[in-house]
This record gives sequence, structure tokens and C-alpha cells, in this order.
Amino acid sequence: MTDLSKRLASEKRFKYFAMFAMCLSLFFVVILMLKIFTTGSGAFIRTTIEASVYFDPSAIEVTNESSVKAINKASYVNLADQIVKDNHPNLSDEKFILVREMYTRKFDFQLRDYIASNPNIIGKTVTMEITASSDLDQIVKGNYPRDVPEAQRKINDYQLSVLDSLDADGKISSTFNLWFFTNGDSRDPETAGILGALMGSFYALLICFSFAFPVGLLASIYLEEFVRPGKLTDFIEVNINNLAAVPSIVYGLLGLGMLIGVFGMPYQVPLVGGLVLGFMTLPTIIIASRASLRGVPPSIREGALAVGATKTQTVFHHVIPLSLPGSLTGTIIGMAQALGETAPLLMVGMVAFVMDIPGGALDPATGLPSQIYLWSESAERGFLEKTSAGIMLLLGFLIIMNTIAVIIRRKLEVKW
Amino acid sequence: MRKLSALALAALASFILAPSSEVEARDQINIVGSSTVYPYGTVNAQRLGESGYKTPTYNPIGTGGGMKAFCAGVGVDYPDITGASRPMKAKEAKLCQENGVTNVIEVMWANDGITFSHSNEAVEFELTREEIFTAMAAKVVVDGEVVENPYTSWNQINSSLPDYKIEVLVAPPTSGTRDAFDGKVMEAGCTLEAVTGSDDGCTDYREDGRIIEMGENDTLIVQKLVEDVERFGYFGYSYLKDNGDKLQPSKVEGVMPSGATIASYEYPMARPLFIYLKADHIGVIPGIQEFAQMMVSDNAIGDNGYLTKIGAAPMVPELVDRVRNITDSLDPMGFDIADCANKVHPLKDAGYAFSSGLCK
Repeated sequence: MTDLSKRLASEKRFKYFAMFAMCLSLFFVVILMLKIFTTGSGAFIRTTIEASVYFDPSAIEVTNESSVKAINKASYVNLADQIVKDNHPNLSDEKFILVREMYTRKFDFQLRDYIASNPNIIGKTVTMEITASSDLDQIVKGNYPRDVPEAQRKINDYQLSVLDSLDADGKISSTFNLWFFTNGDSRDPETAGILGALMGSFYALLICFSFAFPVGLLASIYLEEFVRPGKLTDFIEVNINNLAAVPSIVYGLLGLGMLIGVFGMPYQVPLVGGLVLGFMTLPTIIIASRASLRGVPPSIREGALAVGATKTQTVFHHVIPLSLPGSLTGTIIGMAQALGETAPLLMVGMVAFVMDIPGGALDPATGLPSQIYLWSESAERGFLEKTSAGIMLLLGFLIIMNTIAVIIRRKLEVKW
Repeated sequence: MRKLSALALAALASFILAPSSEVEARDQINIVGSSTVYPYGTVNAQRLGESGYKTPTYNPIGTGGGMKAFCAGVGVDYPDITGASRPMKAKEAKLCQENGVTNVIEVMWANDGITFSHSNEAVEFELTREEIFTAMAAKVVVDGEVVENPYTSWNQINSSLPDYKIEVLVAPPTSGTRDAFDGKVMEAGCTLEAVTGSDDGCTDYREDGRIIEMGENDTLIVQKLVEDVERFGYFGYSYLKDNGDKLQPSKVEGVMPSGATIASYEYPMARPLFIYLKADHIGVIPGIQEFAQMMVSDNAIGDNGYLTKIGAAPMVPELVDRVRNITDSLDPMGFDIADCANKVHPLKDAGYAFSSGLCK
């Protein structure tokens, strides 16, 4: 009896230890998530200042009849200054500079976009929500203290008093920050967006998939279906497993030395980044594909061969369709891993200030993780929330990719 | 089968469709180099982009890494501009020379001060360079003899300093800030020479865990300094400016770093900042000269300039005139790669505080 109760007690203990281990890891994940979400959520919101905007025809180079192209080309810097002066009358030159700094430096771009999307607006007066500068935004969000001595602040006492009077008039409000999703990188945190990095990662993953999936699939078909198992396959198998464990920075060095050094491919483009990520994903795909090819029962192959199919027909008509879900699952998981990799991108130069949104795999670009790295390095306080928001986005994509992998495995995989 | 061929087709299409713009010549400036120059260079790049050029890209790989890439050759595959937080070294000029990069224009565009900072919540420090050296060096002089660094707290070095443990976060060896710090502080404050007769070991940091090497990520250093008020770190003035609510600089030789004291080099840890232009690329890749002209314009480095506002300290008027002359005429004004490889520089004997460091 005592023996049994002892065994039961030890079982209980073990259960609690295991539970504790799980809770501990969950605890760290929750802390990490909380930290990222609380700092990052601010990036989706921007502070705006309400202003009455008179589209003064004499301060605008274009007219209501101008084409969209001409509107996009014209400068609205003077109009922006004019509007600030109209909304804050009787400013000395010195104070005007201070007040102008409270609005985004890209005020003129906001005006341009408004004119482009609202025809016949020139000559009229409207009320607009103008994006505030990042420094002001950070004060309003409480990320930057206002009770420290003036010399330690980026917003001085005069600007604070203007802010308070605007706030008292109900002119300060918060809206959704669309720019974060539609802009490329910028040195003004309020206008910096993630789209450029997103497109960079997209092109890189496209190249990665187009290279690694066919090559990986064919290699695994050859190893599983066409070659007789022996010393050679053992040797190859050991090497593939080895490659899967090689640190990613080594692949980056390979890209730098071979693709850029020997083949003369350009620096900092998604084509090279994607190929490097492809090298990295290749072993994962081969291992997953081989496992799923092995899962197809021999009776299927024998049946096909028995009715006179050639080896190739057997493989392409029967084996591959049955094993494809397994290969795809492996590929998606491999690509999710590639999406989060920074080190190889670092080596091939995809960590850079790139403002223009890349239009193809041969345009200079950064990737999502390298953009996060760059923002985390920036001194401006406004980039802190952008960093966390970038991480949130990256996590979101990883969750989506991994979910797709799980769904494919659940729904499409054939059980024997 | 059909699925597979569709996939293969998609792969092919992505390869063919992908090249959009820059297949032949590049029309976008490619900048590499110092992460201290990065905030200024990128703001300037953005302004150039707003004036109708393609916005240049800036790859912050450190001053040393930037020089290596810049000096690797002439042609669209190589960077056009490199940012540097210290002057080009003779060794690097030699590399440039070997690879045919012989037409280089040196643009000294502003000053920066390395601040020796710590948390706002700590006591303000007033240090000399000798004291900083004594705290950080591997070997120091005690009672006329060279010994392993025995100091563990600042008040052991100078009894007027608080009883704070010695712990300093430093930049990696590839960093130009570290090179500049080593030259301005470790070598300048070195006490070994008087005893041993050589400056060997002046720039060796102690290895007992009190000097902690961090990556190029200055934001991380700021965070670490906030966590522990007794820790120190060094970085460029712009970081201090952006983190004024968290950090304070130490007075060095009785001088507080500020725009004015850095500009006059009264602050002993002031240093010039550079960009180097590849003259052979000017006219091939559009906007290089305009980029440099914008960077030294009154709009950028004047009293209320956009680079001054984020921490660049001005230069003396004669150097401003000189550099504007250089960027306008594209005449390097005596700067020559072959000379630099032999440690010769036109300003070497001009008597500026930074003169001795040129083409070292």
C-alpha cells in the first residue's frame, strides 16, 4: 500500500513539475508579447492637429485643371508654411519655426495627396487633420516625459504651451496611422512605413520559393525514387542533415563570396537575398519531401508499374500528387524560418536605408527583420514603437504561414 | 503534373518579370559606412530624394567596413560614397590605390563629440582623460610601475569621485567611434609611455569583465545605461541629444559637450565627420555632387540646419568655406590617395586639433 501511494505521489510531483515548466515558458512568452504589444500598438495611431486649410490658388503652382501627374510633381512647401501661419496668427519668425516643427515635415505631401484625390479643391477652405511631428506625437502619447528640464526635451516650453492650447480647443486627436502600411522607410518617424521592407521580404521569399521548391523536390525525388540506397546516398543524407544545421550567417557569407563576388550579382537586392535564403531552406525542403515520399506506400508504385507505366509516369502521376502536401508543409515551414532570418540578409547588404518601395527583385531593398533591426538602432524616440510594431507584423506573418502549413497537413495529407 | 508545371511557370515568370529598373546603369546612389554618420547621411539622402533624385540607400556597416567596400573598386557594383566618423587611414588609402580608386574627394562636413555618458539619475561626473584611461586600460601605472589594472571603483582613482563600480560599455573594433575614442582618450590619457617609453598597450582595454563590448547598436547601450546607473558608455553626440531625458554626459577636462564646445574643440573628445566621394562615379551616377553640396549647405549645417538640429556640431568658418569650395568645384584641394597612403595630407600641418589624425 505505502508503495502505491509513494508511486502515486511521485506521479503527481512529476505532473506538477511538467506543468510548472510549461507555465514558465508560457510566462516568458506572455511577458514578451505584452511588452511588444504595449510599445508597438502606438505605431498604429498617429496624433493629428486640426487645421483649417485654404487652398490658396496664388500659393499653389497647379490649377484645378492640372493633370494628376502635374499635381504630384508640384511643390507645396510654401502652401504648408502659409497654412501654419494662418492657423497660428501673429507669430514672429523664430516662433514660426518652432510651431512649424510641431507639424510633420511632410505636411506638403499630405496636401499633395489631398489635392490629387479631391478635384476642384483649389480655392476652397476645408478642415484637415494634419499629422503632428513625431516629437509632439511622443509627448502626446506619454512616451516622452514633459516634466524634465527644458534642455533635456526635444519639445520646448513654448511648443508645449501651444500644444496645451490646441488641446484645450479640442484640436488634438488620434487617428489610424495608414502611413505605416503604405510608406517606405523614412528618417521622420511619423512618416516611416513598413511597406518597403514588406515588399523586399515578399520578393526575396518569391525567389527563395522559385529556387528552393523545384530544386528541393527534384533532389528528393532522385534520392528516393531513382537512386539505389547505398554508401553514396548515406553520404549525401549525412551532408544534407548537416547543411540543415549550418548557422544562417554561413549562407550569407556564401552569398557574399559566390553570388556577389564570383558571379558579380548586385549588392542589397532581393534576388541575392532570396537565393541565399533558398540555399538555407533547401535542406529543410529535401528532408521534408523525402519523408513524405517515403510515406507513399510501395503498393501504389507497384500498381502503376504493373499496368505498364514508366518510372517517370509512376512518379509524376501517382507518387508526387500523394506526397505534395508533405513537401509543401516542409517548404512553408522552411520559408517561415527564412522570413525571420536577419544574418544572411546582413551579409548581402539587405540592411540599408532604402526609402523607395522596391518594384522588383533587382531593386535595392531591405527585409522585414532587417528593417526592425535598423529601426531599433535609430535614436529618435518615435522609432521605438515602430520597432515593436514591425515585430508584431513579422509575428503575424509567421503565424499565418505556420497555420497554412498545419491546414495543408490536416486537410490534404492522405493517411494510409 | 499540371500543378507542378504551373509552379515551374510561376518560378520562371518571377525571374523574368523581377528586373524592373536597374539592369544596366544604376541611377541611385549607394552609400556605405559609419553608423555615426548614418542618421545624418540618411536625413540628407531623404532631402536629396525630395528634390527629384532617387533617394540614395545607406548601408551602415561601420567606418572600417565602409572603407573596405568603398576601396574595392570603381564601377556600378561598388559604393559611390562612404561615411566615416574618423579620417581615412593610410592603410585604407593604400587599399584604394591598389584597386584603382585613385580619385577620391574628401568632404569634412561637421564635427561630433564622443560623449562619456551615464544615467540621468546618477551623480554628475567630472573626469580627465587620464582618469578614463586609468579606469579602462588593461595595464596602468601604479607607483611608477606598470601593473594589471587594480581599480574596481571610480573613487579609488580619484577620491573626489563617487564610489561607483567601474563598468564601461564599448563599441566593437570595426566602429569608427571606437577608433576615435582610442585616439582621443586612451592614447591621449595614456600614462604607460612615461614609464615604458612606448605607446604599446595604450589602447588595450582591460579584460576582467569591466569593459563590455557591445555591437554597433547604440540604442541597446542607452538601454543598458538606464538599467544600471553606475555604468558608463560612449557614443556620438546625436544619441545624447535624442536621449536627454535618460542620459547625461560627463564633463571632460572641465568641459561639457555642447554644439559650441565641440565646434571649438574645447571639448577634448571632439572629432570631425567625413564623407568620401568616388570622383570617377560623378556624372555616371546622378546626384553625387548634389548630395555633397546639400550636406554642407547652410540649410544643413547652418545654425538652424537640419543636420545641426539632430546633433551635428558646426565647423570653423574657414573649414566650411574650404569644404563648400571642394563640393562646388570638385577639386579635392590637395587630398590625394597616393599621398594619403604615404601619410601625407594637406591639412596635416594646418594646426587643427584633428590634424595629426589625418591619413594616419
